[in-house]
Amino acid sequence: MVDVSKGSAPGGPGVNLTKGQAISLEKKGGGTLTAVRMGLGWQAAPRRGLFGSRTREIDLDASAVLFADKQPVDVVFFRHLVSDDGSVRHTGDNLVGGAGQGGDDEAILVDLQRVPVHIDQIVFTVNSFTGQTFQEVQNAFCRIVDETNGQELARYTLDGGGQYTAQIMAKVHRAGAGWQMTALGNPANGRTFQDLMPAILPHL
Amino acid sequence: MTAELVRGQNHPLPHTRLEIRVTAAAPVMACATLGDERGTVRGTEWVAHPGSPTLPGIEVSRQAAAGLRFHIDLEAVPEQAHLVHVLLALPEGVGGPDRFGATAAPFAAVTSTDGTEVASFTLTGLESESAVVALELYRRQGAWKVRAVGQGYAGGLAELFGDHGLPQARAFAGGIQEAVARHLASTVQIPLPGAQDGVRVRSDGLSSSATPGPVAQTGPAGPVTQGGSTVPQTGPAATGGTAAAGGAAASGGTGGTAATGGAGGAVNYTHPGRRISAPPTPPPVAPPAEPGRQPRPVAGDATGWSMDERLYNQVWGMFEDLARAVAAYRSAIDFAESRLDQELDRVLSDPRHRIGGAGEAAREAARVKHDQLATQAREVLDRDLAQLVAESEVVEPALPAAYARWDNPVWHAYRVPMEIPMALRLGDVHLPEHPDLRIPMLVRLPLERGLWVDSGRSGSEAALMMDEAQLRGLAVDTAVAHAGRLLAVYPPGEFTVHVIDPAGSAARSLAPLTASGALAGEPAAGAAGVSAVLAKLTERVDLVQMAVRGGATESLPPGLDTAEQLLIVNDFPHGFDDRAVTQLRYLADEGPAVGVHLLMVADREDAGAYGPVLDPLWRSLLRITPVPDDHLADPWVGHAWTYEPPTVPPGSRVLFQVLEQVALARRSWRR
Repeated sequence: MVDVSKGSAPGGPGVNLTKGQAISLEKKGGGTLTAVRMGLGWQAAPRRGLFGSRTREIDLDASAVLFADKQPVDVVFFRHLVSDDGSVRHTGDNLVGGAGQGGDDEAILVDLQRVPVHIDQIVFTVNSFTGQTFQEVQNAFCRIVDETNGQELARYTLDGGGQYTAQIMAKVHRAGAGWQMTALGNPANGRTFQDLMPAILPHL
Repeated sequence: MTAELVRGQNHPLPHTRLEIRVTAAAPVMACATLGDERGTVRGTEWVAHPGSPTLPGIEVSRQAAAGLRFHIDLEAVPEQAHLVHVLLALPEGVGGPDRFGATAAPFAAVTSTDGTEVASFTLTGLESESAVVALELYRRQGAWKVRAVGQGYAGGLAELFGDHGLPQARAFAGGIQEAVARHLASTVQIPLPGAQDGVRVRSDGLSSSATPGPVAQTGPAGPVTQGGSTVPQTGPAATGGTAAAGGAAASGGTGGTAATGGAGGAVNYTHPGRRISAPPTPPPVAPPAEPGRQPRPVAGDATGWSMDERLYNQVWGMFEDLARAVAAYRSAIDFAESRLDQELDRVLSDPRHRIGGAGEAAREAARVKHDQLATQAREVLDRDLAQLVAESEVVEPALPAAYARWDNPVWHAYRVPMEIPMALRLGDVHLPEHPDLRIPMLVRLPLERGLWVDSGRSGSEAALMMDEAQLRGLAVDTAVAHAGRLLAVYPPGEFTVHVIDPAGSAARSLAPLTASGALAGEPAAGAAGVSAVLAKLTERVDLVQMAVRGGATESLPPGLDTAEQLLIVNDFPHGFDDRAVTQLRYLADEGPAVGVHLLMVADREDAGAYGPVLDPLWRSLLRITPVPDDHLADPWVGHAWTYEPPTVPPGSRVLFQVLEQVALARRSWRR
């Protein structure tokens, strides 16, 4: 198991994982990973005085794009919560953050065994829907967790991450009979995953 | 644009995520109640109030204030809820005004989440009232609308809740007042943890603001109401309350049903009609799988409070799994084919391949790639299908009558039920990838929309193969089987079927209904018969609607049949004049909300002379066919599913026998 929670590069876009580092999703005791979760959490914007409802709320969104041979064929995001085949599920849009108090505010679950045979890569992205850059968001992180045992495989700290509104986080891709995960940690800009497509394609 | 509503006026809602804002001259509290399709509040668990502020999709404020705002997500309210009432009430015993007449008129507004006002309503003309139904948000043909109501109650919340049919309204209202008073007194009260259901928290009742109040929603009644919030719109829903009672053993814990009358006393928040004190029996657990193999499926292996609910959820789970497994397969095959096309094109356009065997080899390689992926996809699909077939084999025999095929032995052991089941099987659906794997098509009861058995030949190939008379006969047979099933699954006297057969052309097909005596009366014939039946049902819808809107359900005439009504209409529009057509449209629009449903047996082309004015009528009905027809879409990926009507096995007298029992039970139950 690679320790990916250390070694953040100061001044970099807040990536705790070395860019491009590949982690095989094979378990120590043999057998490959069967289910992963991408979690995204952030702290809600502080309430502002008298007219609290005018607080500029922060809405980060997690998305997963499913590729077959470099062509996007399906996407799971807040308007399409389950991939057509049912293998990738978004737990629901969180518009303000802070629900989990350090836990995941949004999560995408991938049942790797059920992913259709032609899908060979799944790319995870984070976007700031309300437009705040990661510099303005407190305690934001995204991570990939082995859903079967809760072990964190990779974690990125997003806050203080510079003038970016999006991040192409990681991809899981087929390798042999199993799956591998590669950390991408590529900062970008955009409101939803569509804006990121040009930035995603070079990583496939 | 803001619509300023006057009492009774309605307005469409452009969004389902809304904010309700209330301003008043004195502190008021807001509550929200859910109502089902008849407007009934099914129990205290359908009320969001300061003591228990959350319902799926709704969270009201915990306190009383002169300015209140709270959010409603109409998409998240339970499927069974057809309306949301926003109530305002003056808090008691805190030194404020005791009637709305003593303050300036309260103002309620519906705004979208970005703050733009959609509609507003100033509640003028209130006098001695201390509680008022301010707004009604209600479903109308798939969309939501808001209506300004402004119905006030001098007897306060207690009278209001009583009027909405809530049992022990006084005690319930007292508990809410107490919760508000506690908040206003700013005494932070931690809810008492872990009070057992049925063991009420005693307070001395001397000073309501100083005593710890009732513990809101303790015990296992809680999770039931939460269940409906996360399910997809058309998918299975945990029932709000009705089905829950069925499965749970009523073992003890019902001791404290009689809540104390005074406002200072403790209140039992459990629903008096629901006797749940122990968790329901756990669902059967699948035996552990052998290594490397899928676990053997078990009937009832889904969540739910009763076996009926578990099977219902399991069937919907199978439906979704099949939809998704086939979606995965089809997308893989589509991808393999489009990639093959592209690669063959590339080979063709590459000049290097024109000479020698290189081109042939490249084409061959592309085909191999395609076949590999297609084989792989088929293997995965076959694995999934085998699992679902195995599941179907254990689930079908375990289904209760309402969910079972007519050839299921459960129908031969039929007994007249004492409770309305959760759902009804309308037929089977399947996909071309595996036509033998047939998923029961279950719809919730009571019906939410009428049915239309399409006797037209334009619909499907199977219909085109038949001659017109044969198809019409089959359509009436199908309708009779549906009506018979509905009659059979309702308790005696709770479902009434009327038939309009203007020309008497369906007499032979209707025999199971007429000969058994299960009908309310003889099928209506001729124009006079048509208008008599329609007039009677129209009047019923109107009366019940008025009573529900006015909150005066007890003032309905004593002779009124309170059963759900089903009207079978054959040969439409034969025998219908314009007035009758208008009445039929009224029944289609307004009937389902008050338990009056249509079952049309019709060929749309017969009514072609009416032009587009009848389109809303057809759209409001669920179209089913007397022959297999691929016109149904699933709610997840939208495959075209082939619907098959439930057929009584040829020569079987099961429908007759069942209807005879129904008629017999009806006669002995008639009061």
